Amino acid sequence: MKEYNRRDFLKVSGTVAATTALAACKKSEGDINLDPMGHHTDEVPTDKMTYRINPKTGDRVSLLGYGWMRLPNKREGNEEVIDQESVNELAKYALAHGVNYFDTSPAYSRGRSEESLGIALEQSGYSRDKYFIATKLSNFSSSQWSFEEGKKMFERSLVNLRTDYIDYLLLHSVGGGGMQNLHDRYLDNGLLDWLMEQRENGRIRNLGFSFHGDVNVYDWMLEHHDQYHWDFVQIQANYIDWNRNGDRSSSGYYLYNELEKRGIPAVIMEPLLGGRLSKVPDHVVAHLKQRKPENSVASWAFRYIGSKPNVLTVLSGMTYMEHLEDNVRSFSPLELVSEEDQEWLEGETATLIKSYPTIQCNDCKYCMPCPYGLDIPGIFVHYNKCVNQGNVPESQQAKNYQEARRAFLVGYDRSVPRLRQANHCTTCRECVPHCPQNIDIPRELQRVDRFVEKLKQNTL
Amino acid sequence: MLRKIRLTLAIFFWLLITWLLVDFTGTAQAYLGWMARIQFMPALLSMNLVVLLFLVVLTLLFGRIYCSVICPLGVMQDAIAWFRHKKNKYSYSPARETLRFSVLVVSILLLVAGLGWAAGLIFPYSTYGRIVGTMVAPLYKLGNNALAAIAEHYDSYAFYSVDVWLKSISALAIALVTWLIIAVLAWRGGRTWCNTICPVGTLLGLVSRHARLKVVMDADACKNCRKCERNCKAACIDIKNHQVDYSRCVVCGNCLEQCSFGALSFGFKPMIDKENAIYSESKKKQEKEEKKESVDEGRRAVLTSTALLASTALLHAQEKTTDGGFATIEDKKKPERKHKITPPGSVSARNLQSHCTACQLCVDSCPNDVLRPNSSLKNFMQPEVSFERGYCRPECNRCSQVCPTGAIKPLSIEERSSTQVGHAVWIRENCIPANESKTCGNCERHCPTGAIQMVPDGDGYHKNDRGRWVDRDNQPIDMNAVHIIPVVNEEKCIGCGACENLCPVRPFSAIYVEGHAVHKEI
Repeated sequence: MKEYNRRDFLKVSGTVAATTALAACKKSEGDINLDPMGHHTDEVPTDKMTYRINPKTGDRVSLLGYGWMRLPNKREGNEEVIDQESVNELAKYALAHGVNYFDTSPAYSRGRSEESLGIALEQSGYSRDKYFIATKLSNFSSSQWSFEEGKKMFERSLVNLRTDYIDYLLLHSVGGGGMQNLHDRYLDNGLLDWLMEQRENGRIRNLGFSFHGDVNVYDWMLEHHDQYHWDFVQIQANYIDWNRNGDRSSSGYYLYNELEKRGIPAVIMEPLLGGRLSKVPDHVVAHLKQRKPENSVASWAFRYIGSKPNVLTVLSGMTYMEHLEDNVRSFSPLELVSEEDQEWLEGETATLIKSYPTIQCNDCKYCMPCPYGLDIPGIFVHYNKCVNQGNVPESQQAKNYQEARRAFLVGYDRSVPRLRQANHCTTCRECVPHCPQNIDIPRELQRVDRFVEKLKQNTL
Repeated sequence: MLRKIRLTLAIFFWLLITWLLVDFTGTAQAYLGWMARIQFMPALLSMNLVVLLFLVVLTLLFGRIYCSVICPLGVMQDAIAWFRHKKNKYSYSPARETLRFSVLVVSILLLVAGLGWAAGLIFPYSTYGRIVGTMVAPLYKLGNNALAAIAEHYDSYAFYSVDVWLKSISALAIALVTWLIIAVLAWRGGRTWCNTICPVGTLLGLVSRHARLKVVMDADACKNCRKCERNCKAACIDIKNHQVDYSRCVVCGNCLEQCSFGALSFGFKPMIDKENAIYSESKKKQEKEEKKESVDEGRRAVLTSTALLASTALLHAQEKTTDGGFATIEDKKKPERKHKITPPGSVSARNLQSHCTACQLCVDSCPNDVLRPNSSLKNFMQPEVSFERGYCRPECNRCSQVCPTGAIKPLSIEERSSTQVGHAVWIRENCIPANESKTCGNCERHCPTGAIQMVPDGDGYHKNDRGRWVDRDNQPIDMNAVHIIPVVNEEKCIGCGACENLCPVRPFSAIYVEGHAVHKEI
């Protein structure tokens, strides 16, 4: 079985669309135009991007925002470094197609993300007022909790981003570690007050926070809206964890509505759950494609969340040009998801996707580096890939047991070096507080390890 | 005709046995394991009477056809000589009987003295095994890895890549030197090695003198053109006296095709002497049997007390300020074991030492990179177990299945899992949870026999009904105050090395395996 990636979707949708176009001999607006050989005949639109207006500043923000986190890498000697030439090209392309919101952090990509965005934007030739930069105060380690260190981090961001002001500044991942952590990082050291001063003097145009974890912290932050005047808030929301009737701690619906109530624009992160809503089992592909054969699986996730009126922008970490092209199409212009389709996505589709035993890892790499050298996201991504491809057999009686076993084990050694595999986890739990998805990483690693052992020993 | 049959069979045998020696997947072993077992020295060392009888009868019927077809080292020499495109390159030389028999006697003495590896230096099968195992197998694996890279590109799982590493520089050096010597001898004089050094050649020569079918020379038809003599790689045709030295003839059939006068034929020739040909054979066997095992080396009590490990700096978690990237992983280093570990199935260090001819078949078929050639003089190039790159996995018994000499006896998976080859020793100074307020327990989680438990460091704690550790007042213990450390039940430990290999402490693990001189079942 072959992995269905988004490039394949495009190919498939291309062929399907070509056939349809031939049969119908006409095209309707919004369809992908193709010649009979299946080649695109029209360019990705450059002037049809959907924009949302920031009520406070009047910023005209593209509904598709660029998450500067999952950047393409290349090998330089023994080291993985950001492929700057590729990201320059991506940034330029994005700007040319109407994307104007770029979201980074001092912690992303082993600390190299901001610098690479700074370079990419500068070389794009667009002037500073043509795009918005969002970055964060990512003082996660206790050694960075002092006022001085926080201030230094902000000043360094300006240098790395080659600018003298930040359009959108976020307190990074508020909620992790509970209220105490919030106090330690931003409140007790006076850092938040200082940031508000910077907002006053224009070095920060919008101040907000991103949220993961303890929902009590979220509530506290919004209860103090009168005091802090949040200009925007970044939340995780998608049709899988919308949970209209669910517990508020795990419900995108709750988070979103709290913002809408107060008129605070929402910036959406993880609309695709790090690709988990595009790399799905064949069964789910068929389910979505039956409704709209020409559209990619990923487009559903973007259209779903983009249809919420209070969303300012939807962030997507686009590693490859084909992702960027596909997403630009999805938002140029955004075709609103009907109410019926919304229910269908939140209900039937979400249930179907959740019925597969994947690990809720979005490959954000916040847990990395593991002090013992494990490749945590690599292990989970491999496991999820095998789940989606039907290569995680339940027992030796499974029909494809032998092939699945080989695919899992050989693929495991290929995607994760042996010394970085799950059997090296010491359960030190250093990673656990860093995970925005609240995965009990050591427990999941042990689960994978036990599965691998059973496959190796043929005792499944 | 005889030559063609011989060539076909020889190439068939040679290629397959070479594949057997380089294969790391276990496929070749399943079908071709017998090819190693029908080799003379392995059969002799493992007292495989059926094979020995077959080889003796074969030689009594057809002469030293073994040397031309079954022995891979012999065929390798033919292959080397074949590259020298020169006609009439050989000539008759008298047999060097003194040298031949002294080498034979010395190798027997070495075997009796229990120095299998030293005798194995000139045994044909083990010599070939070493040459292939150290020089060809790495290239084979590199080729495989290239295929695996291509397969990966096409999303195929047909090939998987394996580690290629230098297992022993001395074994490689020995193999290279032997190969050079044999290659030069083969280039210059064909089967010189087989007829002067090889003890198997000498032994079979004793038998082949009395073979029923031989190369027969009709002195009357011979025109003394010497074409046969000059093309005899065994240098055994004496045209001057119209004699063939049957102790050296390897029945290659080359001479038969050279003679234009019909003076040479392969057929019956009346026995010249009536001496019992098998006499010397059975004598050897008796000598072998005299090796009795009475191993009683010191037990483990001594071992734990030995402070033998170089100090290892505890791994300190690096502080995390940014996302992504990998912590560097230091290579493991081999601990200095007081007693070396021998593969399960080898019964005892002594059995391995006396039966193993260091052919490297087990070393190259070990899928977990556990076996490597020993570098100590006593067990030179014989397999040694160590766990820097992997451990003796519970589902594997391959080394015991491949060994043709009985140095590693066949074990089922179940027998293997209950064979104790050593026991784990804990080193407090290196252990993370013993020294820091951190949990680990990776050794415990991966112990296949449940021989390791994690317990509070110090007495006065017990497990309550719910299986949690509590103190004397039944209060749950404070994990920051009490360290949870691994303890080993030596009686249950089989010495597989999972704990040592998976211990996060590097380069020297906080738990390692000490070998036992005699294996036992638990």
